[in-house]
Amino acid sequence: MIISVASGKGGTGKTTVAVSLALSIENSQIIDCDVEEPNVHLFLNPEIKEKIKVKTLIPEVDKNKCNYCGYCSQICVYNALAVLKFNSTGDVLLFPHLCHGCGGCILLCPERAMNQGYREIGEITIGYKENVEFVEGKLNISEVLAPKVIEKAKSFIKPDKIAIIDAPPGTTCPTVSAIKGSDFCLLVTEPTPFGLHDLELAYEVTKALKLPSGVVINKSEDDKIIEDFCKKNNLPILMKIPFKREIAELYSKGVPLVVAMPKYKEKFQKLITLIKDFKK
Amino acid sequence: MKICITSQGKDLESEIDPKFGRCKYFIFYDTETNQYEVVENPWREASKGAGTQAAQFVASKGTKILITGKVGPSAERVIISAGIKIVEAKGKVIDAINKVKKEIK
Repeated sequence: MIISVASGKGGTGKTTVAVSLALSIENSQIIDCDVEEPNVHLFLNPEIKEKIKVKTLIPEVDKNKCNYCGYCSQICVYNALAVLKFNSTGDVLLFPHLCHGCGGCILLCPERAMNQGYREIGEITIGYKENVEFVEGKLNISEVLAPKVIEKAKSFIKPDKIAIIDAPPGTTCPTVSAIKGSDFCLLVTEPTPFGLHDLELAYEVTKALKLPSGVVINKSEDDKIIEDFCKKNNLPILMKIPFKREIAELYSKGVPLVVAMPKYKEKFQKLITLIKDFKK
Repeated sequence: MKICITSQGKDLESEIDPKFGRCKYFIFYDTETNQYEVVENPWREASKGAGTQAAQFVASKGTKILITGKVGPSAERVIISAGIKIVEAKGKVIDAINKVKKEIK
């Protein structure tokens, strides 16, 4: 079973919920898919077992075969190739940061002068904290292909475990890559106009992906605006975490909520039961 | 010799377009015949990589000197590989052409 934890707005408590959820259940995996700034490790302090490089496909030009016809540049929708033709020779310039690794140029080169090459764009880290398996995707600085690293991190999901995906904020490609294919999506929000606005957007994404979803209200105080929205859309509110200084302090020290306040363990276990029931 | 000038308009009295890859028009001017050709930039609205394609196009036209405001790093790589000289300039297209013509004489 795969449960993704998402939110539109950043800083609503995705990692707080994801980490506590993973620590409250048996046989869990936590997949940190916020590859541009993964932070689950700060709360979990896992023992690292393995690191795996994430690579993307890039074309490599065979200068003995290339006749500088420029077809590769014409078909590249990402404008990642420039071909220069001089009198008897030429040059093919690749812009690796524009290349999405689709392989179109390699496949369609009339002279078969393009070979498969690889470029490193990120890293997967695998570790353990007691019974929780930890998988983290991390995108290298200045790289943009977050979905490739996210997909690689998700390839370590084991079907016999309960995998908790900590998704990146927002509603763009990285978020879609992270939550796609999950059995349930938890939308973590806060009772503020920003929280509501971005919850609406995130909910639209789950609908487009046909994912069953439910809401966790963090920093819960006066939740009327969120409750009204959920009621209107028949969206269940599965849990509330109160707005308390104590909880914020734990976060600032990198202590998971369920470790410092064990009474929350039961609440998170109840949350899992609710999600499982929802699935039926 | 062929000069390319990025221009905000279709004639030589127009202002030079300060952006290279996303300029409005390319004016290709032949210093021997004093004839010119205007081409609207098809990569102006490209989401990414406008500069690489604009530079490839300018090179394919046999340009030797490029007069523009600022060339980005990707486009610059192509322009330099093609052996084109970059002249950064402001003001009217015609004034920049005349200045370059004097210098190459």
